[in-house]
This record gives sequence, C-alpha cells and structure tokens, in this order.
Amino acid sequence: MAIISASEARKDYDVVIVGSGAGGGQSAYTLTMAGLRCVMLEAGRSYDVLNETPMFNLPNQAPLMGDATPDKPYGFYDATVGGGWEVPGEPYRSVHTRKEEEFKWWRPRMMGGRTNHWGRIALRGGKHDFKPQSRDGLGFDWPIEYEDLADYYTKVEMLIGVYGENQTPELENTPNSPAGVLLPAPRGRAAELLTQKHARTLGIPVIAIHRAVLTTHLDFKNIPAKLHPGNVRAQRICAEAMANRSACFWATPCGRGCNVGANYQSTTVHLPPALATGNLDIIPMAHAREVLINKDGKATGIVFIDKTTGKEQRVTGKAVILAAGAGETVRILLNSHAANSSGLVGKYLMDSVGARLSGHIPALENLPPHNEDGAGGDHLYSPWWLYREQRAGKLDFARGYHIEMGGSRHMPGGANPVPDDMTRGSYGTKFKEDARRYYGSFVGFAARGEMIPNEDCYADLDPTTKDKFGIPVLRFHWKWSDHELNQAAHAEKTFAALFEAMGGTVRGKVHSDRHDAIENPGSIIHEVGGAIIGDDAKKSVCDKWSRTWDVKNLLLCDGAPFASNADKNPTLTIMALAWRACDRLIDDARKGNL
Amino acid sequence: MIDPNMPRLVQLGLPDRVSRRAAMQWVMAAVAASACATTGKALPVGRTVTPQEEAAIQPAPTGAGYGPDPKLTTIYKPGDLWPLTFNADQRKLAAALADTIIPNDHLGPAAAEVGVVEMIDEWISAPYPQQRGDRPVILDGMAWLDKESKARFAKTFVDLTEAQRQAICDDICFASTAKPAFKTPSRFFGKFRSLCASAYYATPQGWNAIGYVGNVALEKFDGPPAEVLEKLGLTPAK
Repeated sequence: MAIISASEARKDYDVVIVGSGAGGGQSAYTLTMAGLRCVMLEAGRSYDVLNETPMFNLPNQAPLMGDATPDKPYGFYDATVGGGWEVPGEPYRSVHTRKEEEFKWWRPRMMGGRTNHWGRIALRGGKHDFKPQSRDGLGFDWPIEYEDLADYYTKVEMLIGVYGENQTPELENTPNSPAGVLLPAPRGRAAELLTQKHARTLGIPVIAIHRAVLTTHLDFKNIPAKLHPGNVRAQRICAEAMANRSACFWATPCGRGCNVGANYQSTTVHLPPALATGNLDIIPMAHAREVLINKDGKATGIVFIDKTTGKEQRVTGKAVILAAGAGETVRILLNSHAANSSGLVGKYLMDSVGARLSGHIPALENLPPHNEDGAGGDHLYSPWWLYREQRAGKLDFARGYHIEMGGSRHMPGGANPVPDDMTRGSYGTKFKEDARRYYGSFVGFAARGEMIPNEDCYADLDPTTKDKFGIPVLRFHWKWSDHELNQAAHAEKTFAALFEAMGGTVRGKVHSDRHDAIENPGSIIHEVGGAIIGDDAKKSVCDKWSRTWDVKNLLLCDGAPFASNADKNPTLTIMALAWRACDRLIDDARKGNL
Repeated sequence: MIDPNMPRLVQLGLPDRVSRRAAMQWVMAAVAASACATTGKALPVGRTVTPQEEAAIQPAPTGAGYGPDPKLTTIYKPGDLWPLTFNADQRKLAAALADTIIPNDHLGPAAAEVGVVEMIDEWISAPYPQQRGDRPVILDGMAWLDKESKARFAKTFVDLTEAQRQAICDDICFASTAKPAFKTPSRFFGKFRSLCASAYYATPQGWNAIGYVGNVALEKFDGPPAEVLEKLGLTPAK
C-alpha cells in the first residue's frame, strides 16, 4: 500500500481518513500500527520533504529576496503548497461589520497540511483548560479531564519529540511531563534572556517553551516499546522511523520544513511509519465533498472530487474519520447533512486571541556577532501567570494568554534592517554602520490567548457561492466579546511595560481602542471548534471519544471537537485526542463493533 | 500560529513599504513637476488618475507571478520569472546610486558588486501589487535624479563626482527634514535605500556586513557567548 491514484483504491478499507495533517497523520499512525487498513484522502498534492525543502537556500536565491507575495503570504520559502489565505477556485466568505472581525482562513493544499510550516509550539492543555465553565461559568466544560488525556500527551511527546523543561514546583495549569519525556530545552537567546531578567521585576515568568524539535536524537531503542507494548512489528517500524530522523543542527528556519526530520511534520513523522505498515493508502488530489451515510445511519465512506481527472469518486470503509481542519470538517458535515441533529455543526468556532507589539532595546545594539538561529523558533516563553489576580476579580477579562517572544538576530534579507526614523537619512558607510548597530536590537512579543466560544462565531454554508467543483462554500460569522478585546488590550500594555523595564521603547503602537489591538479571527491559524464534544447529545456534536452522537462510526479527529480553545496552541492536543479516539476505535474493531 | 512567522523585521513596527495609493499620488505630483521623463506627457494634478493614464505613465508588468506552488529548491536569478525593466542607462544610474548608499568600505563590498541592481530591477518588474506600486516611484525618481544632476552640474548622475552625488543626496536623503521642493524625491530616495538594503543584506556579503553569522550547521547550541552575556549583565548558564 502506498500513495495511489483514485482509481487504484481498494474496496475493503477499515477506515477512511480525510486529511493528512496533525489529526489525520496521528489517526493513520495509530490505526495502521494496530493493523487496521486505512485510506487517506488529501485535497492537495503529494509532497516530498526530502527533495522539496529549501534548507540552506539564501534569500537572494529566491524571487523578490524571498519576500511575501499574494502567492506565498509567509514568504517564498514557506512550506505551504497550493494555497494560503486564498486557494484558487475555492473561495470562502466572511460576514462581519467591523474590520477586526473578518475571518481569515489558512488552507494549504499539500500532503501534511499545515504541519509542514507550523511553529512547532507543542503545549499541553492543563487541568483548568478542560473544565473552564466550572471555574468561571463561561463557555463549556469538556466531557473529559486532563487526566484522561495526560498519557496521550506523553505518548505524542515521545513519538514526535518535544523539547521543554519541567518546572519545580509545577506552575498552575502548565503541566509538567513525566521525567525523561521532554528533550533538553535549548538555552535562551540574548533577547529572550534579557526579557527573562526584566520580566522577573514585573512578576512575569519566562521559562522554556515546548516545541516539537529534536534537540537530541530520539531514543529509538526504548521509546517504541512504551508506545506499542506487545506489538513487536509496530515497535520495529516505529524504531526505524525514529532512527531515520536526525537531531536539529541549529540552522534553517522551521517554517521551510525540515528534510532531516529534526522537527515534527506529519510528512516526516506520522506518514512514513504508517505507510511502512503496509496498511495505508494515500490518495492525493482528492477533495472530500461529503460523508456517505447508509439507511441505517452509518457512515460508509466519502464522496470526493478526483482533482486529477475532475471526476467524482467514492471510497468506502467501516468507519470514517474527518481530520480536514476544523473549518473544512464543518463544511463536509454541513454538505453531508449529517451528524447535526443538535443543530450545532458550525457553531462555536474559535481562534486564539492574537496581539503583538515590537520594541527597540538599546542594550541589544552593537552586540558582538553570534549565531542565534537556534532551534528555528522560540526557546523561551511566558505561560499565563495571573491566575491569582483573576480569581481576585482584578482583571476585566476571563482566561489568559501566553507570550511568545523573538529577537531579531535572525537571517537578514528582504527587509530594510533599520527604520528611517532611526537612521535619519544616513547613507554611505554611515548607513552600513547604522544597520550593523541596530541589527538584533528589535524585540517582538506576541500574545496567544484563550477565546471563549460564543453564539455569534460560527460558520454556515453560503446560500449562493460554490467552489470550482460546484460544492457550497463556507461563510464565517464573527463577533469578539469583551473578554477577547480586553485581553488583547491587556497584552499590549504588558508588552509596553516589558519594553520599558528593559530600558527600551515601543516601536509599534499601544492602541487606545481595544478593537485595534486584536488580530483578525483565523489569522492565528488556531481555528478549532465547530463540532464540539460534550456529554449531552443535544448540546454537542461529538461524544467524549470524538464520535459524532448521530453517526457513531464517524469520528472527528482535528480541532473541530474542541469545546474550548485554551491559550495552549492546539496541535499537541489535536494529536492526543486523535490517538485516544483511535484507540477506542481499535477496541471497537477488535470486539467486532465496526 | 505566529509561529512560522517568528517576528521578522518587517513585522516589528518598521515602516511599511509605500502603499500603492501613496505611490500613485506621488507619481502624479512627480509627473506634474517633471513632465515625466519616461513618457514626456504631463498630467493635471489634483484629480484621481484613471487606469488608462496610470498605464500610460508606466506600463505595468503583465503576466502571472510564480503561483502558489513554485519550485522552492531552484536557485533563481532576476529575470528568470518575469522580464526585467532597466535599460543600460538605468542600470548604470541605479548602480551609481546603490553604491553611493552602500559603498565599498571596511564593512564589505559595494551594493552593485553583489547583485543589488538586478534585485531592484526584478522587484520593480514583478507583477504583484506591492511591486507594481513601487515601480513608478523608482523609475520616475531615477529620471528626476538625472534631470537634477544635469540642472546642477550639467552631467548625468553617473558622471558626477562622489561629492556632487552627495550634494544631491544630502537634499533628498530624509523625507522628514527635506525642504518642500525635495519632499517628493526624498520619498523616492527612502524607497530606493530600503530596496537597496533589503537586497544587500540578502547576500552573504551583506550578512557579513551586518554581523549575521548563522545559516551554518552546528554540533550544539550553547546560547550567547560569554562576552554577550557580560555586556547584557546576564549570568552565564551553568
């Protein structure tokens, strides 16, 4: 079994999986290792990480110095194929009255989906994050506890490789991993360490972030037996796949992808061992249209457009997993008129609250040149820290945000390194000296905060617009609540205070209007919800095993089932939930209940 | 996600490249002031330019860009993906100005030596909105520069001495303090300097000049060296 064309699909798959990213990749890995035969549909083309990743390519070897264009919104070398904020021929709509409520939808069209370029930030949800409503009365509790997912977080961390550092004592709602699971955290860079030092005076902790990057080789001799007890064949395949991945060599941006497998992307971590089992077929260029439901109310397969021929095809299995990304999964469900007896499909869409600010820190000027490429993303961050103040009613919003931070001693090119108001018109050698002086002296902070699901944030089908395949498209509706707006404004003020404490100045703007502080919904690319899990079939779409209440052999294994969207970036939780849901599916299969 | 987007300088509150609208407004002013060297036609100021007039001023590049699925591992050169614009005289002028802004000195080679002129030419020839907006700013600004050189020194900019070049550049190098008569050319100069620096620091020689020493494989990552920590008043890691 392998990467196949639509016409080569078999008739006897156990499970049909839609999507090849974090959720689809984890589902395929878990199911095929247990011996289930799966077929995966990917709307984009196949993608060869080994030969397509521009690892050491220079900015002057790319068109326009590698700068962003409408064709490549995150820059030329970004590991996104066939899409971005817009996909040719596949529109979507946004209904909004305020500009900061226009939904932006990021859709690659490639094997591995968004995992090829993601930031690799891999944070566990904490105890509070699964019971938010019980704590503050807002939103929804999940039907599971942190403890239900803890072992799956551990398994995912061991499989994909996550660096980080346990805290003593453990910080509130910021779980440690079991000893020996996390890979060594890289040391902080100059800007991060300086932030850490001065943040302390403001009571803000700065600790090692968790990212899915191999700071050392994975322990392929011992981990496989822990992941697949009693399954010798799975252990062997897992060990081989792990041994094939190299440790990070501290160069090249993670957003380009990594052709030595030093970071997690589905295409280098989940899919190779799943294919090696012989139990997985992948059909690229297969755009899922709807779930086939038989007269008994069971899912029997997927109708899809074979984009290579333009023809409609179908593929069948005993169970169906949607992992197309929350928005696309919602769209498939709505177009299937399935699993929606609650009327809640599309409801309670969430993204992370985003806010950012940049500053200039004179102390970082003219530092001796040194290499800070590091692990290609953050080494340190600030977890949310104001739990006590929030309990005491001192904040004007619920829930929290973490702070991601970055210095600017990274690969130059494609941007003016020093703003005109600082060079004040210099040219000649003076300009070159200015550039050298200010290089690395800018720091950026970004908030990633928890949004509370609300009735006004949802997606439905646009009544008139269809994509080039004739499939109705999504229409996003959005309205921020006071919680998100106040949180974004709070973040900006915090960032300004940090710059001041560091002896620097704000380069961007602390907005007087909180509506200007928040970034657009969808733009953080943490879109989750739309088919939330719960313990009541009338108030949720999925049960606690991510199975839809109405169609028990239809599982949602991406971000769609999220009942809340903690400030923890969702990818690690998507994988942990998918693994757990698939374990249950395997149990059912073994009992003959598929 | 930010995450693929570790904050880049362009996102750190640095001034954005001039918007297309701003560029067009400036072009209209430049056209009126200089009877537009590139077309010889003057247009009235104070009304919205029509698309037809815009095209007449500077025919915009046509054709598609590289699309959403370009081959990423190819090593591209300016001119590979869309035709370039500069004629021989414009190339010389751009090189002279680029080398005045980024000269050969103790920090490294001059701009033109490392391909900056070709990268600027590629930029203003590209079919994307940002670049199409920058195109008339650069082309008409360069035309103004030669006209000004002739008016002051009876020579083209290329033939001026370094001191003569600087005499003009000093008048237009900073938009915030430029005299009213030089406001418009100073915006051209700011844009040209920005593109020049964007291109220069995209090269290994530019990296050396600015002090970037990364993009090399390392055995391990130890964090900042002791001298950096010391300068920042930070304690070395254990």
